[in-house]
Amino acid sequence: MNQALTELGDYIGTALAVEGAGLAGVNDELVLTVPAAEIERTLTWLRDDAQCLFKVLLDICGVDYPEREKRFEIVYNLLSLRHNQRIRVKVAVDADTPVPSAVGVFSAAGWYEREAWDLYGVFFAGNPDLRRIMTDYGFEGHPLRKDFPLTGFVELRYDDEQKRCAYEPVQLTQDFRDFDFMSPWEGADYILPGDEKAGEDGTGG
Amino acid sequence: MARRLAESEIKNLTMNFGPQHPAAHGVLRLVVEMDGEVIERADPHIGLLHRGTEKLIEHKTYTQAVPYFDRLDYVAPMCQEHAFALATEKLLGIEVPERGQYVRVLFSEITRLLNHIMNVCAFALDVGAMTPFLWGFEEREKMMGFYDRVSGARLHAAYFRPGGVHRDLPAGLADEIAEFCRTFPGFIDDTESLLTENRIFKQRTVDIGVISQEDALDWGLSGPMLRGSGLPWDLRKSQPYDVYDRMDFDIPVGKNGDCYDRYLVRIEEMRQSLRIIQQCLDELPDGPVKTQDNKISPPGRAEMKGSMEALIHHFKLYTEGYKVPAGETYTAVEAPKGEFGVYLVSDGTNKPYRCKIRAPGFAHLAAMDFLSRGHMLADSVAILGAMDIVFGEIDR
Repeated sequence: MNQALTELGDYIGTALAVEGAGLAGVNDELVLTVPAAEIERTLTWLRDDAQCLFKVLLDICGVDYPEREKRFEIVYNLLSLRHNQRIRVKVAVDADTPVPSAVGVFSAAGWYEREAWDLYGVFFAGNPDLRRIMTDYGFEGHPLRKDFPLTGFVELRYDDEQKRCAYEPVQLTQDFRDFDFMSPWEGADYILPGDEKAGEDGTGG
Repeated sequence: MARRLAESEIKNLTMNFGPQHPAAHGVLRLVVEMDGEVIERADPHIGLLHRGTEKLIEHKTYTQAVPYFDRLDYVAPMCQEHAFALATEKLLGIEVPERGQYVRVLFSEITRLLNHIMNVCAFALDVGAMTPFLWGFEEREKMMGFYDRVSGARLHAAYFRPGGVHRDLPAGLADEIAEFCRTFPGFIDDTESLLTENRIFKQRTVDIGVISQEDALDWGLSGPMLRGSGLPWDLRKSQPYDVYDRMDFDIPVGKNGDCYDRYLVRIEEMRQSLRIIQQCLDELPDGPVKTQDNKISPPGRAEMKGSMEALIHHFKLYTEGYKVPAGETYTAVEAPKGEFGVYLVSDGTNKPYRCKIRAPGFAHLAAMDFLSRGHMLADSVAILGAMDIVFGEIDR
């Protein structure tokens, strides 16, 4: 990390009065992790503190890690024009806990939260307009979750008899193909399909 | 009779603008609540072009993900590939050879010209001037010819790949681009002579959709939308990538933050882009255009005829792809429309775990309600035109 970024990291580490906050440098980028309940206060502080002045909220997005207890990560990307720095603030939540909305801090947050709600189903408490934004009117489910299939559940067709568009369950003429390219040659520990018992008696598959 | 009319209550009118409307720049459905001719609230409904790009990328290798970026903002394809290529290179920890970096900057700026022509001319069409649109498309056609020569495709180029660019410039192309640079300022002058001092154009754009610097930051605006308000912020200068730090160019800024200033900023940016293109052509060094690590970029066709190893590399790259070390990055470029960012999370396999695309137009359109309140309905068309909206990147 370059020096300005390290100094900024040290400063935030000492000056930010949020319990349970963690700071790390990843690939020359600052990553701040805070508890969900503190997000509004953290963002306000980052926006107003004279050493930070992260006045632009560039992006809010979700990431899904189904194996974790709190499966969703909400990622806020901030930019400081004054100091020419970026920071990433992360919050971990499960599917049932609402995250306090950042609309009061950044107006830009409104649509990004709608998007995260639509695609991941994370609820933002305090967002005045939390409608779906990307998916169709009346869509069910949250498509960017890892357990949502790529092909979806329904497909749309124009029904000539009813003279309107109709939803039907997806019918694939060919099975969905998701190739496993894990290479057995490059020294990693892979389990070949159907070969799970290979190691048990030592003789191999 | 007259008294009864005066006493009757006037109800607000809710009106649908689009999704099929030539001034909606694609499939925007704008629900406007109006008090007579004045907009009280504008509610853009987006997502009619949602194709699930981010979900699809999670199921594709890094190489296969590149073409999806062309299809986001299809008016400026290569700038998007640039962001993805830079993000992947950051995770891989590789450097692009110098010539590759120059070629990328060169084509990024051609892309900026493509985009700004489209925007300025379509904007002029929206507010009533037809001629620039016809002239502009002639110039766009020439530049798409350069796209064609270098990548084989006029629009969806898939030319910038992680590790460099796909192929070197074909013989003679540099001279053609240099020749184009000599004639193009004439087109800008002609367009300006039609628009800049045009009374109708100014009446439709001056003091329309004004946004202050504070509000522009609050709404997350970037690119010409931000510079139109007077903030000299350009990632090519402030956080330079590839060889932008060696380029000599200026950042135009507006004064009032209205639609007219955004137009002026774009016009001047085109002239600055020409300067950058000229410098790239003058300084273009020799050497490879992509990284020579055959674990990441494919070997040459001729090499594969004789070398077994090259053949294996090629086969592995186009089936399995390369693995990217676990990690994450947010990398952004100054796309013609504003800051285009890619938040890439890798879990160490050959496919991205998450690839969030930060499109500038999304934030701009979110501010539509703020910008158009209190304006007339016809002004919303001007505001939309000056925003530079392309639905491929907003709906993703």
